Amino acid sequence: MTELDSTVDAPAGEVVEASTTELVAQCHELYESPPLGALIKTGGENTVYGVVAEVSTRSLDPGRRPVAMGAGESDVEAIYSRNPQLGRLLSTEFRSVVVGHMAYGRLNRYVAPLPPKIHDMVYPCDEVETREFSGSLHFLTLLLSAQVGSPDDVAAAFLRGASRSHADPRAFLVSAGRELASLLGGDIHRLNGILRRLAHD
Amino acid sequence: MTEPDIFGIPERLGMVVAGSLTDGVEVRLDGGASIEDVKVGTFVTLQGDRARFFGVVTDVSLRSTDQALASMPPDVSDPYIASVVSGTAAYGVIKVEPMLIQDIEGPMPAKTVPAHFATVASASEEDIALVFGTENEKNFYIGSPLDMETKLCLNIPSLVERSNGVFGKSGTGKTFLTRLLLIGILQSNSAVNLVFDMHGEYGWEGSAEKGRKVKGLKQLFSSKVAVFSLDEESSKRRGLTPDYVVRIGFDEVEPEDIEILSGILDLSSVAADAAYSLERHYGRRKWLGEFLNLEGREPLFDLADAISVNGNALARLHNRLSRLKRFDFMEEKGQASVDRILEYLDRGMHVVLEFGRYGSNLAAYILVANLLTRRIYARYMERKERASGDPNSEPRPLVITIEEAHKYLTSDIASHTIFGTIAREMRKYNVTLLLVDQRPGDIDDEVMSQLGTRITCLLDSDKDINSVMAGAPGSRKLKSVLSRLESKQQALVFGHAVPMPVVIETRTYGTPESYRELGWKDAVELKAQMEQDAADLFGPGEE
Repeated sequence: MTELDSTVDAPAGEVVEASTTELVAQCHELYESPPLGALIKTGGENTVYGVVAEVSTRSLDPGRRPVAMGAGESDVEAIYSRNPQLGRLLSTEFRSVVVGHMAYGRLNRYVAPLPPKIHDMVYPCDEVETREFSGSLHFLTLLLSAQVGSPDDVAAAFLRGASRSHADPRAFLVSAGRELASLLGGDIHRLNGILRRLAHD
Repeated sequence: MTEPDIFGIPERLGMVVAGSLTDGVEVRLDGGASIEDVKVGTFVTLQGDRARFFGVVTDVSLRSTDQALASMPPDVSDPYIASVVSGTAAYGVIKVEPMLIQDIEGPMPAKTVPAHFATVASASEEDIALVFGTENEKNFYIGSPLDMETKLCLNIPSLVERSNGVFGKSGTGKTFLTRLLLIGILQSNSAVNLVFDMHGEYGWEGSAEKGRKVKGLKQLFSSKVAVFSLDEESSKRRGLTPDYVVRIGFDEVEPEDIEILSGILDLSSVAADAAYSLERHYGRRKWLGEFLNLEGREPLFDLADAISVNGNALARLHNRLSRLKRFDFMEEKGQASVDRILEYLDRGMHVVLEFGRYGSNLAAYILVANLLTRRIYARYMERKERASGDPNSEPRPLVITIEEAHKYLTSDIASHTIFGTIAREMRKYNVTLLLVDQRPGDIDDEVMSQLGTRITCLLDSDKDINSVMAGAPGSRKLKSVLSRLESKQQALVFGHAVPMPVVIETRTYGTPESYRELGWKDAVELKAQMEQDAADLFGPGEE
C-alpha cells in the first residue's frame, strides 16, 4: 500500500471520454473543476493518474449556444440565482493527460495499458499523493508532448503546484528545471519559456 | 572540485562521453562540479568498467546542447534560471589525457581509453602515492600536485640514470628546483654531484627575490658538501672559506676547449682550427703558453707562415686568447684540480665549484666547465672500462650540473663538446648531466632528445616550448599545460623518472621549517643531539 490510496475526497467529476493517453471528465458541479496542472486520479479498479491540461465550460447541448441574459443585473451571481436551470444546461469539463497508473499495487509513471471506464469517478490528488507522484519526474515528457492547447503551461502549472507539496519547493523546482533542461536541451527557446514561468514562483 | 570529502572519497567530476587515445577523452562535467575549479594540469582518475585509469586534464571547454544558446542566452539574472541551465543545457567539458592504467603490477602506460560513462574524479592521496610512490630513501618529495597537499615524489635512482633538464624563464624558480634536486640526489646516495655554480647559488648562501637569503648545500649538509672556488676573494667576502681554490694551467687547455669558445670569443672556424695547428707545432701542454708569449705582429706572421695558417686569423686568435691571461685563476702550470675534485667525489662528497666574479664571464665559465668535465669524464671512462662489469670497482655515478647550456650546446658546436658526448652516451660511463637553462630552444636537438626527465617551469616562447616537449607522449596537449603554468613555484615534470607527466607546486625551500624537513638541525638541536649521543655512549653524566 502506498500513501496514494489513503485518502478519498469527494469526486470532482466523472469520466465521460477516455483513451489511453487522455481522459475527459465532467464536473459534478458547474465550475468546480480542479485547476490547470492539478494531479487527478480515477477511482475504480485500475487507478489512472492524469494532469489537468484543459478546463472548459459550455452548453450541454452543442446546438444551443448560451445567450446573454444579464441586462439590468448588477453582477453575475444574480444571473445564476435568478436562472437556477443554468446549472443543468451548462457543464464544466476538464481534459487530463494520462501520466501514470497503478498496477499490482505499484505506481508506474507512464501511460496505462487500458483507459479508465466511462463514469469512473475522478478525484483530485491531495498534497501527500502529489508529493509522492512528483518524486520522480521522468513523466514530464508526456506532458510536454501532449496534444493540448499549451503543453508548456500545463507542465509549468503542474510543477508549480507540485513544488508546494514538497518540503523545499525551491530545490524541487531546480531539479525539475534540470529534468526539463535535459528533455528540451535542443530547444532552448521553449526551455526558456517554461523556466521563466517557474522562476516567478 | 576541491578537497576529497571527509571520508576520503574523491569528488566526482563527471563522466566520459567521447574521445580517443590519440586525442584524449572528453568528460562532461556534472552539474554540481564547477568548471572554474578544474584546472589544466590537474591529476584525475577515470574508473571504467573493469580498469582504472590515471590522466591529466589538458583542456577545458564550454558547451551547450543547443546552438541557439549562444545567440539567445537564457535570463541568468534570475538565480533560478541560472542554477537550472548551468550544467544542463550549458555545461562544461574537460579533456583528459589518459596516461596510465592500473595493472596488477602497478600503473602501466595506457594503451586504451576508459569506456563510455566511466566516472571521472579528482585524484586522491592514495592515487598519487600509488602512481608516484611514497616518500622514502629513494623517493624524494619534490612538490605537490596542483591544488593538493599530497607529497609527490621523484624516484632519484631512475632520475640520475639519464641526463636531465630543468627549464624555465628566468625568475620562475629553476634555481630552487635545482637545489631541491641536488639535495634529493645527495640524500638518496644514488650519485655524487658536481655543480658548476655560475652565480654562487648552490654551494653557499644564495639570495631569493626581495633580498631574502637562502641556505646553500654546504650550509645544510656541511659534512657531505665541499665548495671549490675559482675566486677565493669573492667566496671569503660571502663568509665562506672554500675547501679548495681551483687553478687552471695554460698547459691544461686543449684546442677543443678553444673550439667550444669560438662563438663567445667571436672566432672564425679558421682561427679556431689554427689552435690544432699550434698544438702540432709546439706540442701538447706547451702550445698555449708559448703562443701567448709571442708579442708583436712580426713573430705572429712568421709563425703563421711556418704552420701555414692565415696570418690575420692567427693574429685574431692571439688577440682573443690573450684575454685568458686576465683570468686570475689561470696559471702557467695547472695544479691537478681535477685530481682534487675526483678525490672528493670518490669519498662521496658533493662538489660545488663557485665562479665568483667569473660567473658573469661566460668564456671563463665554459672554459673551466668544459676543461674539467672533459678530464673527469676521461677518468671515469678509464675506470669504468677497468672495472669492466665489476659493480664494486665502478666509479660512483656522477651528475654534473651546468647552467646557461644554450650558449654552448647549440647545434653547431654541441657535437664537439664533452657535454654533447655525455648527453648522447647516457649513463654508459656513469656520468650524466643536469642542464639548467632558460632557452632550451637554442640547445641542440640531439642533446634535448637524450634528456631522460625534463622538469620545466613556465616558458613562453614557442621555440622553447616545442624544444622541451619534443618527443614527449601527448606533447601537443601538454603544451597547453606548460604555457599556462603559474610564473612561480610551478613546474611540469615528465620523462623517465615519473610514470606520467604531472604539474607540481614545488616544495617550499628557504624557510627554517623547510630546512628542518630536509634534515637540517640548528645549533640548539645539534647541541642537544651531541649531548644525547654522548650520554648514549658514556652513560648519563654526574649531576
